[in-house]
Amino acid sequence: MAFRTNASSAQPMTRSNTAARIDRNKPIEFTFDGRSYTGFAGDTLASALLANDVHLVGRSFKYHRPRGILSAGSEEPNALIRLGKGAYAEPNLRATQIEIFDGLYAESQNRTPSLKFDIGAINSVLGRFFPAGFYYKTFMWPAAMWMSYEHVIRHAAGLGKAAEDHNDPDRYEKTHAHCDILVAGGGAAGLMAAMQAAQSGARVILADEQNEFGGWLLGEANISIGGVPALVWVSAMLTDLAALPNVTLLPRTTVFGYMDHNYLTLNERVTDHLPTRPAHLPRQRLWKVRAKQVIIAQGAHERPLVFAGNDLPGVMLAGAVRTYINRYGVCPGRRAIVVCNNDDAYRTALDLYNAGADVVITDLRNDAKGPLITAARNAGIEILRGHAIIAAYGNQRVARVEIAPVDDSVTAISGDILHRDCDLISMSGGLSPAVHLHSQARGKLQWDGAKLCFRPSATHEPSFNIGACNASFDLATALKEAIRAGTKAAAATNHQTIALTAPDVVSANQNWKPLAAWKIPNGHGAGRGPKAFVDFQNDVTASDVSLAAREGYQSVEHLKRYTTTGMGTDQGKTSNINALAILADALGNEIPEVGTTTFRMPYTPSSIGAIAGRDIGDLFDPVRLTRMDAWHRANGAKFEHVGQWMRAWYYPKGDETIHEAVNREVKAARTTAGLLDASTLGKIDIRGRDAAEFLNRLYTNAWSKLGVGKCRYGLMLKDDGMVMDDGVTTRLGENHFHMTTTTGGAAGVLDWMEEWLQTEWPDLEVYLTSVTEQWAVATLSGPNAGKILQDAGIDFDLSPAEFPFMSMKEGHIGGLPARIFRISFTGELSYEINVAARHGLALWTHLMTAGKPHGITPYGTEAMHVLRAEKGFIIVGQETDGSVTPHDLGMDWIVSKAKSDFIGKRALARETMAYDNRKQLVGLLCSEPSTVIPEGAHAVLDPDQPMPMEMLGQVTSSYFSPNCGRSIAMAMLKGGHARKGQTVFFPMLDGTVLKAEIVDPVFFDPKGERIDG
Amino acid sequence: MLIITCPFCGPRDEAEFACGGEAHIARPLAENKISDAHFADYLFMRDNPKGLFLERWRHSAGCRRWFNVARDTVSHEIIEIYPMGSLPKKASPKAAYKASWRRDTAAEKAAVRSPNKAGGSK
Repeated sequence: MAFRTNASSAQPMTRSNTAARIDRNKPIEFTFDGRSYTGFAGDTLASALLANDVHLVGRSFKYHRPRGILSAGSEEPNALIRLGKGAYAEPNLRATQIEIFDGLYAESQNRTPSLKFDIGAINSVLGRFFPAGFYYKTFMWPAAMWMSYEHVIRHAAGLGKAAEDHNDPDRYEKTHAHCDILVAGGGAAGLMAAMQAAQSGARVILADEQNEFGGWLLGEANISIGGVPALVWVSAMLTDLAALPNVTLLPRTTVFGYMDHNYLTLNERVTDHLPTRPAHLPRQRLWKVRAKQVIIAQGAHERPLVFAGNDLPGVMLAGAVRTYINRYGVCPGRRAIVVCNNDDAYRTALDLYNAGADVVITDLRNDAKGPLITAARNAGIEILRGHAIIAAYGNQRVARVEIAPVDDSVTAISGDILHRDCDLISMSGGLSPAVHLHSQARGKLQWDGAKLCFRPSATHEPSFNIGACNASFDLATALKEAIRAGTKAAAATNHQTIALTAPDVVSANQNWKPLAAWKIPNGHGAGRGPKAFVDFQNDVTASDVSLAAREGYQSVEHLKRYTTTGMGTDQGKTSNINALAILADALGNEIPEVGTTTFRMPYTPSSIGAIAGRDIGDLFDPVRLTRMDAWHRANGAKFEHVGQWMRAWYYPKGDETIHEAVNREVKAARTTAGLLDASTLGKIDIRGRDAAEFLNRLYTNAWSKLGVGKCRYGLMLKDDGMVMDDGVTTRLGENHFHMTTTTGGAAGVLDWMEEWLQTEWPDLEVYLTSVTEQWAVATLSGPNAGKILQDAGIDFDLSPAEFPFMSMKEGHIGGLPARIFRISFTGELSYEINVAARHGLALWTHLMTAGKPHGITPYGTEAMHVLRAEKGFIIVGQETDGSVTPHDLGMDWIVSKAKSDFIGKRALARETMAYDNRKQLVGLLCSEPSTVIPEGAHAVLDPDQPMPMEMLGQVTSSYFSPNCGRSIAMAMLKGGHARKGQTVFFPMLDGTVLKAEIVDPVFFDPKGERIDG
Repeated sequence: MLIITCPFCGPRDEAEFACGGEAHIARPLAENKISDAHFADYLFMRDNPKGLFLERWRHSAGCRRWFNVARDTVSHEIIEIYPMGSLPKKASPKAAYKASWRRDTAAEKAAVRSPNKAGGSK
């Protein structure tokens, strides 16, 4: 092959002289794998590397084969890069989408120790032993070895490496937006449709994943629209669109998800392309868009041809080569072979030729004709008709090819093999419309037998497909389609517009019907000869697909999972159609019968950071603080999360351990006085004519006769008879109640009550208001509680006769208006003092001051748990788990026999509820009084029985009780009520066995003599 | 992500709502002597059709009101939204209501309906 002289001199060898969209006056320095390179503003990392004649940019996933740059867009399967350093590092970015900036730092992936010498490449030599389903077949036996295999496999698996520092230092934002019409894709069709729709005054969002609008036009030469070069037309359209107040233009924004009811997610890369990211801007912004109509103009992906050695660096898609030449001024090779089954690649051949490269066209077709073919012939480009590249060879870059004549169906070699040297193969297997968004939104596809592609048929959501993604590859057709869709979409949103006149397109006519040639023969038998790749990212070859079909993986979804074709970061954008065509061939089926795999979001990978947005760290979930929180913090409290609440857990003094602090607090609450911040208890204000009747139906016990000012404990069941919540409710007036719920159950109980009122008993007149946040609550408990209240300045008589247990009085304490409830969760004399939230801290500090001479001790939730366990009081959600009835808890006394109905009543009468072996609440005393049985420990009757042992039940609460001077525990055990006095065993993980006696679950003051102090 | 038109607040994002499962399950009154099996029909058995489904939704992050929705579980099309205690009016939801296996079961009959909640609601 003769070489022509390269006309350019000032540029690096690979830079062409074409008018490109790079700024040659703005050189940009960047680093790839430790070496410095120079590119120009406007370059992608891929184009800048190609300009520096770097083709080898990565190693493949399975065989560690050298890989180059295949495409020029988001479909790139090979050129995956780790960008940035330290906490900013991000793996698996496509070099074809990374805009370069000064100081950009990039590394190749999947190679050890270096890209050029990679020890993993041994897999390539052993490739015959890694067929489809290799892992499934190899690591099947012995089963016990799986854990060891898994370790090795996990280590070898995975693309790229996440940042070493997992704290992403970047900021991300979210935007919620509504629009009349969202146009996804800003190529020729998208721009035209957006312009048409915008004329009507409809609110339009136009998003495109590239840094510039224009789509494929950015990479084309010799096309004019409306009498001017295509990119001049693009520029004019953008100027006009930007001037319209109803249009939002979003470049660098990928529409990556399309969900029900026209809900779409967009990822805008706001500052990724900047050398330093301005502090006032987020790195990326997630747009959540609700569109009335969607116009999809996603374009199409070019398919590779499947021939041996098609994965070598230097083997590129024809459209991509054209883009590098025209858009980036980079000619990726000097000696190019164009291999194709269609006319479009002739454009690339001509552009290569004009860029100064030697070109040979290998056309699989025998009968190609048309203006592009004529133009190539007239330029003197050698055209081999009815020929195919049957193998490409090279070491880290393609160096030579074998070309052979093939029969009409491209299934057999029909003549002598020619050998050619080359440094670039530009291949084109036809176009596949990007039907991803359409399919995500559950639109249907149909096979176009002429254009050899799946194209959208019926849409599911209100949407339109236009242009190349609708298989309308011809530009003039696409523009007309865009005008129609823009007009219709606007009309559907009640915006009228007059159809624009489609601009004239001047471009060489071409035939858009490629020749079906899914697998190029290589002269060897099935599964023999050099590898021909279908899926580059997952190293799936044509013979892998055929083998999977022979082994019975006939469904395309099974094929995907067995061979991994179509998986990974590119999700098979370039490979899927080839894979299923080869599968169809192997099965003797038609392609439409094989069908496609399911398209799911995201269209391209989106960073998790953008999806999380600002909802991280402190903003991940709201934190609720009580009004006494400042005091707790100032006094050294340790906290625990209870739902969203932060509750004081215990208050260590000096060097106290949790154990010492809790013991002291628990002891004080029974000897002097303890003070608990109980503000987090759920509180619901209930009013209305039928309030008492409603409570009758809600709780298991009776409420009608409860006197005003009296309190009552209630147990709430689900309609299946299982305990769902408990709490004390107080009658404030004839038709007015104050309900308390568990801290964690508050929201759920309010939901529950509203549901019954609205859906089952709308005839009841009851009004519910959550007042949890409106009241601050301090619970004063212990023998000195009364004295402290006196000293704190209570303005009513506290004597048990005047203010008995389970009653409520309104009064003042230290001048603060308060509701004081004489209820007790400790078994001691106890007052729950409710004040308006704004008085919470004042109340607390006042009580602490007044209580000082009386030994007042603040106690936290841990001491609260111990205190209630000493009395055998349950905690819903700790003793209960949604499968526990009142009877199981030994609380039959609270279930009314007289009431005709309450929620759960009928279910309690079910036969299974009476079974003796239901798990029932019991107390446990460990044989070692100092040993606390771990909560969750499982009880067995015989610790020597063979595994698996028969479990009797589990420990639900377990503490050291300083007041009992020993450990205590509560447990739910099968048939527990009848087992009192028996011994159960708890085999521990360390092989020891604990022993405990089953007792009544009230450990302290069983007769309740302390309640009045 | 559906758009649900709350009868009280207007069209809102699905994120504001909570789905309350199948609609029109009438609660048998406790004194009714129906068998455990029939009671279980009410308590546990829920339909899960592919296609039109009558279900309850609550505008939990809005007005907190309950209402009924006739939704196609395949296409996610919302065919009708109608108040608690009423029956659908459009033809296909009406047919779905009539075709429900639950109609005229013992559990259904055991539910004494109050006058202002035709068809049951829970």
